[in-house]
Amino acid sequence: MAKDKILSFERALELYEPVLGFEVHIELGTKTKMFSSAPNEFGSEPNTNITPVDLGLPGTLPVVNEQAVRYSISLGLALGCEIAETSSFARKNYFYPDMTKNYQITQSDQPIAYDGSVEVELADGTIFHVPIERAHMEEDAGKLTHVGGSAGRIQGASASLVDYNRAGVPLVEIVTRPIFGAEHNAPELAKAYVAVVREIAISLGISEARMERGNLRCDANVSLRPRGQEKLGTRTETKNVNSLRSVERAVRYEIQRQAAILEAGGTITQETRHWHEDTGTTSAGRPKSDADDYRYFPEPDLLPVVPGRELIEQLRSELPEAPAARNRRLKGEWGFTDLEFQDVVNGGLLAEISSTVAAGATAQAARKWWTGEIARIANTQGVDAASLISPENVAATAKLVEAGTLTDKLARQVIEGVIAGEGSPQEVVDARGLAVVSDDGALIAAIDEALAAQPDILEKLREGKVQAAGAVIGAVMKAMKGQADAARVRELLLERAAQA
Amino acid sequence: MSEITPELVTHLASLSRIDLSPDEIASLTTELGQIVDSIAKVSEVATADVPATSHPIPLTNALRADVVGETLTQEQVLQNAPEQQDGKFVVTAILGEEQ
Repeated sequence: MAKDKILSFERALELYEPVLGFEVHIELGTKTKMFSSAPNEFGSEPNTNITPVDLGLPGTLPVVNEQAVRYSISLGLALGCEIAETSSFARKNYFYPDMTKNYQITQSDQPIAYDGSVEVELADGTIFHVPIERAHMEEDAGKLTHVGGSAGRIQGASASLVDYNRAGVPLVEIVTRPIFGAEHNAPELAKAYVAVVREIAISLGISEARMERGNLRCDANVSLRPRGQEKLGTRTETKNVNSLRSVERAVRYEIQRQAAILEAGGTITQETRHWHEDTGTTSAGRPKSDADDYRYFPEPDLLPVVPGRELIEQLRSELPEAPAARNRRLKGEWGFTDLEFQDVVNGGLLAEISSTVAAGATAQAARKWWTGEIARIANTQGVDAASLISPENVAATAKLVEAGTLTDKLARQVIEGVIAGEGSPQEVVDARGLAVVSDDGALIAAIDEALAAQPDILEKLREGKVQAAGAVIGAVMKAMKGQADAARVRELLLERAAQA
Repeated sequence: MSEITPELVTHLASLSRIDLSPDEIASLTTELGQIVDSIAKVSEVATADVPATSHPIPLTNALRADVVGETLTQEQVLQNAPEQQDGKFVVTAILGEEQ
């Protein structure tokens, strides 16, 4: 693959204004598929979550999943959208083996939700209102594994294996209007927007929204226009962007790639591009079909959905707090500094800290453990912090520290033990014998032993040279294998000096 | 008159992944043109205030409760597959319209 020429990000921004757009697909966490009663489950044996409807066999009739409609309306409302009085389905015709029917059932001119706006906050506090054009219901396609090529990618593959378990899984596709004015924040805004949509889906309980599983997928549209030009540039649509970090990187890369072409006097081809996580680059996919090529027409098998006002208002009243508003509230409640809170948001740890606080830890302790030791282990292992340990176990560990049973140092070992699967924090403490020695008698004996080895220290302490205590505390901690509370040792030592 | 041209038929054939001979393209251009012209006559009758009819019956909200039903077995799903591997259908690799 030829390497693209790219321009520096700064230079690209000097010459061109980036305009963004996103299509985010969210798989709904319903029990069954969009139009059939097959289970909507991830990780089943291939081609087992299937009814004749999902294979598009002759004589089958799709029927709309009521729960999927409710979830879609809730999502639409949370995105600030209007909900359609009448919403209908359409066929999008294309010939590709991920669909047996040679069309996808989707929505065209009557989407369930339209005209919304999502508030997105950037690290520097800038608030962006991302305009939402529409959110429509559709069905997911089957999953293709390309064999014969390198690393299962489509390029160079000789055959594809198809699993239709995912075919028919309910999706909502959220389409933004063109987003102007992000400028040098464009890559960050891309990441922040997808993060907010993900948070909304999770807080509504309508999807697990796990990007690594493809529950939430983002296509990022990028175009550039020369400074001062009104007309929009030609856009590309980058697919296969499967993490928040990739969204940010892909947008940055496309800005730099397109800028290099334009600056050299070239033109941008309107096309799909594939993102490559390993190289951090995009490569050309197919030329983007015109919408006409899909020959959309009304789906004759499905009747229109007409959600009653009552249902819409009921779902509106059940909406959770919007993520941006919730963030502001939590930051105040937890008393975090801007920097501390940003750390939590960037780490995607808000939900974990909320749950840890709910389980009885202080906010500062919860923050310290999640953004510290646990994030460190997660980074080393290349996994999400949330997958390592439960908020309840973090809270239990924090409470042991608060009660004086553990020092921070010992607590780190407890966290490690819990993550290694050694049981609950208390079980790790018991099994590894990690509790702080709180028996004053044992501490005093150790202090006396240390003083016997360094007899001049008592003298210094009596003269008020408090820093001399350090040597004794160090010796005691060593004797106690670190399992003593240094502050308590110091207290006892000073008492000792005062007595004699 | 019809806007169906040989170029359009060739384009539609490629979208549909159908290989057409020049003769077939010529005859389909004529036939599709006649069909499109016939249907265009409907537009002469339908005015702007006539909504498009996609469903002949005035019903809405045919919805289904979110309850799991019967499924096919993997053997049933694959019984008509020309080729299969690891419980999956085998198809020729195509670089094309991926969703």
